[in-house]
Amino acid sequence: MANKFLIYVEQRDGNIKKSSFEALKKGSELAKLLNAKIEAVVIGNEIGNLEDIGGYGVNKVTHLKNAELTNYSVSAYSELFIKFAEEINADLILLANTLMGKDIAPALAVKLNCGLVVDCTELEVNNVNIIATKPVYAGKALTLVETNTPKSIFTLRPNVFTAGQSSAMKAEVIVQNIDTVNLSNNVTKVVKTEGKLDVSEADIIVSGGRGLKAAENFGMIEELAAQLGAATGASRAAVDAGWRPHSDQVGQTGKTVSPNLYIAVAISGAIQHLAGMQSSKFIVAINKDKDAPIFGVADYGIAGDAFEVIPALIEELKK
Amino acid sequence: MKIVVCVNHVPDTATRVNISSDQKTIDLERVVFVVNPYDEFAIEEALKTKEAVGGEVIAISLGKVVNKETLRKGLAMGIDEAVLLKTDEQLDTLAVAKALAEEIKSQNAELVFMGKQSVDYDNAVMGQLVAAILGYNIVANATSFNLSGNNIIAEREIEGGKETIATMLPAVITAQKGLNEPRYASLKGIMGAKKKVIEEKEVQIIDNFVNVIEMKKPPRKAPGKIVGVDASAVPELVRLLKEEAKVI
Repeated sequence: MANKFLIYVEQRDGNIKKSSFEALKKGSELAKLLNAKIEAVVIGNEIGNLEDIGGYGVNKVTHLKNAELTNYSVSAYSELFIKFAEEINADLILLANTLMGKDIAPALAVKLNCGLVVDCTELEVNNVNIIATKPVYAGKALTLVETNTPKSIFTLRPNVFTAGQSSAMKAEVIVQNIDTVNLSNNVTKVVKTEGKLDVSEADIIVSGGRGLKAAENFGMIEELAAQLGAATGASRAAVDAGWRPHSDQVGQTGKTVSPNLYIAVAISGAIQHLAGMQSSKFIVAINKDKDAPIFGVADYGIAGDAFEVIPALIEELKK
Repeated sequence: MKIVVCVNHVPDTATRVNISSDQKTIDLERVVFVVNPYDEFAIEEALKTKEAVGGEVIAISLGKVVNKETLRKGLAMGIDEAVLLKTDEQLDTLAVAKALAEEIKSQNAELVFMGKQSVDYDNAVMGQLVAAILGYNIVANATSFNLSGNNIIAEREIEGGKETIATMLPAVITAQKGLNEPRYASLKGIMGAKKKVIEEKEVQIIDNFVNVIEMKKPPRKAPGKIVGVDASAVPELVRLLKEEAKVI
């Protein structure tokens, strides 16, 4: 049974990730149920509004700080994270299942020689154990799993757990200045795709598929996405055709996403694609073919021509 | 230089998944298995690296005897040797990582490639685990890889962008799509691969760190609503999204 929860708070550019708020909130709920202590750790240099994490139920956060930690480095961050988790003797550790989470959680699991369950979509307390739901085969099946080690690490799929509204509570922030940083893995450059939201982190996704016929027709997908503040996604067919980058691909060989709203435009809904997006909260399908499998998972559909429906939808949203 | 590439034998992504009677694994009947798609990029990068700096490439796969099919495809593409770490047990990620790391260590390999994710259990942490066990550097999700002496410059995809990373051997690199264009096996390669002996080793590690309690299908969604068949349905769709779903 867990006595000491540790939540890893992820920052990029000094901003705390939304998925970390989700982990804080879920962690605080579970810790309460298990009557366990909880605290958080964040690694970086200048980080804004750290006391705000108190609003998600965790009232103590330690900031491991050094100017050389401004950019993420797997060697530096893992080493510090492991050291901290061992110092406080954390026995239940939660992280967001991001690229960073998937780098440093395994390093800690090896050091603690403990069970690691990644990409969880539910964590429940059963008596004194935590049962995790972990999708497999890109969501075509779900497994219920538990660790059988005294310590456990879980990573939480972004956008699945709700952070909700934060309360006015403020966390105590303890700054620990770090003397030496292990940069054997050194990020020398970070390039952001300008003005672009990543599908794995977006609340709304507008995706286009083969039925759009050409790269230039994604213009209307981008326009609709801009109107909704959404990220743009694509089916494998659209990526394989070279119309969109692979980073946009949703599905079994792309990204698994769970936004609040997923709009599939001219996507028929191959099983690989459905696997990657069927856990979205609401799904809208727009496709000429009324028999397309995408309608089988859609909450709302328009069985019509995307080239007519999408411009009309953009106009309607502008009203 | 000795290069290891770890490969997995997985159900084709077009497979419909059914749960087997044990309620813990999938029903393997009528399932077509393929080389894990991301591992093809790993194989290609291992071969390219060998062509550039010399040495040999050894493929390792952990699993049942059928995994030899995937190893043989790697041999056909140009891999020098293949090792099957044989087990019929369903091992968890860390247990698999330990077995792979042990073999990599005994092979004395300084550079390890594998796909960034296996499309069966979708954990996407195997490379990171193996690297941590061996104390190697790690670049996960790599979209470019350059080796010069012991120095590695690699790029990797992150959420909303990419990072350029400078690190050194020994290292584990996990391959993302875009790293390269995997080659096709030549006829000569396919014929040659048939003759090669795949070494079999029994996996000794049987301790799991995670237990599967149950495997089940995700809940089926209730059928949705077709709002209309042309642009005239748009105002109603927007109303539903605003008032019923409350998502915009």
